[in-house]
Amino acid sequence: MSNEVGKYSYYPGCTGETTSVEFDHSARAVCEAVGIELLELEDWNCCGASSAHSLNHELSLSLPGRNVALAQKAGLDIIIPCPACYQNSMSADNAFREDEAWRRKMEELLSFQYLGKGRPRHILDVFRHDLDIESFRAQVTRPLKGLKVACYYGCVLVRPPEKTGWDDPEHPTSMDQMMAAVGATPVAWSYKVDCCGASMTFPMGEVVTNLSTNIVEGAIEAGADCIAAACGICQINLDTRQAAQTKIPIFYFTELMGLAFGWSGAGKVFGKHAVDPRVLLRERGLLA
Amino acid sequence: MTIALGTALTFRDVVRERSGEDVHSCFYCQKCTIGCPTAYVMDYKPAQLLRLIQLGQKDMVLGSSAIWMCVGCETCGTRCPNHIRLAPVMDTLRQMALAENYKPEPAIHALHRSFLDSIRLLGRVYELGLIMEFKTLGLLEGGPAVLFRGLSSDIKLGATLFFRGKFGVIPERVKRMDEIGKLYEEAAREQ
Repeated sequence: MSNEVGKYSYYPGCTGETTSVEFDHSARAVCEAVGIELLELEDWNCCGASSAHSLNHELSLSLPGRNVALAQKAGLDIIIPCPACYQNSMSADNAFREDEAWRRKMEELLSFQYLGKGRPRHILDVFRHDLDIESFRAQVTRPLKGLKVACYYGCVLVRPPEKTGWDDPEHPTSMDQMMAAVGATPVAWSYKVDCCGASMTFPMGEVVTNLSTNIVEGAIEAGADCIAAACGICQINLDTRQAAQTKIPIFYFTELMGLAFGWSGAGKVFGKHAVDPRVLLRERGLLA
Repeated sequence: MTIALGTALTFRDVVRERSGEDVHSCFYCQKCTIGCPTAYVMDYKPAQLLRLIQLGQKDMVLGSSAIWMCVGCETCGTRCPNHIRLAPVMDTLRQMALAENYKPEPAIHALHRSFLDSIRLLGRVYELGLIMEFKTLGLLEGGPAVLFRGLSSDIKLGATLFFRGKFGVIPERVKRMDEIGKLYEEAAREQ
């Protein structure tokens, strides 16, 4: 482990403060519970989302590059909850390592020195690989007994494998292990890494409705009560665009961990979902 | 008479150079097409696009809607037996299409422009502003069809998110905007 134990830089990303505020709040709470200290990057900017790489190659590297630059001073790995931000930040970090001319240009533009530190990491990777699974089990005060969860990894969290490499790109299991550690029952299903349609929700909502409904129906068919996601756009797409007869709650996996840890903010974030998960949780005796 | 050969790169070589992906090595197994979540709304499927690139069919490729329908989910690249990642190829094709004035898919192009404009102004994405600009640009570029497409479900969705307090009303702004400005200036020079 290259990182100072238990200390990380933190990049919330734009949606962490708005449409996926539940992810940000629950991620911070879970980190605190297991002794991870998060230092938010000062004056961070948007990573370019799915638009910079579509229209402008330079911006697709330089926007996330500025955030990687901001992380050099503290020298700590950056925990990033959003897989798209994580992916863009890794592209920039790779460009710093591999393209010397570009690195020099960026160092001059932003007056900093790239030290090869501040590696972008997804929060699930950090949980699974920097900590012992026992440290999560130890925090559980309310095991999620009987809750059947379909763990949904989505697209760019574990793909492409040459960039991510910390879990299987077709059959990842990190989140399943986290859910089992907090007492829930992860189900076997076929849509773990299928894409929800991502930013298509703006220009072609019907495509996302179609893809998200397939995924949710797959989870129901496998006997799941709910889905756990690790991405802001996945959660919002599945939560708001599922068009099946029965609607199921879509959690962030960190919300379920927080609930099992007895986090006092859990009830509040559940109120922000489109499909209210409190009905299911009360039914199972997991929420007062 | 002497004939100079091989001085200019062909279309497929340019795509290979710029994307860093060996598009020549596709042998058309179609795994990319089979796994693609948006292939069903594409005019040419991913494997067909690769074949068209190999055949130098620049107009068909850069004028296609398919290059705008790719969401970059990396399924194709993960499964390709020849390790061709189509996501960066699609990025390259979109950028080439814009540089050479091929008509983009209006709604999708409007979305990406709105995102980049939001970041240029604030350093962050401001959803409410972005959605308004996206709808306006969509109307200008693609006409009323783009504006009204899925509008009622979008309004319902927007209202759901708004009343659950999930849209920031006041935009967040990066403090050192001069640095964001420099990045945009440099990007304009590189294009």
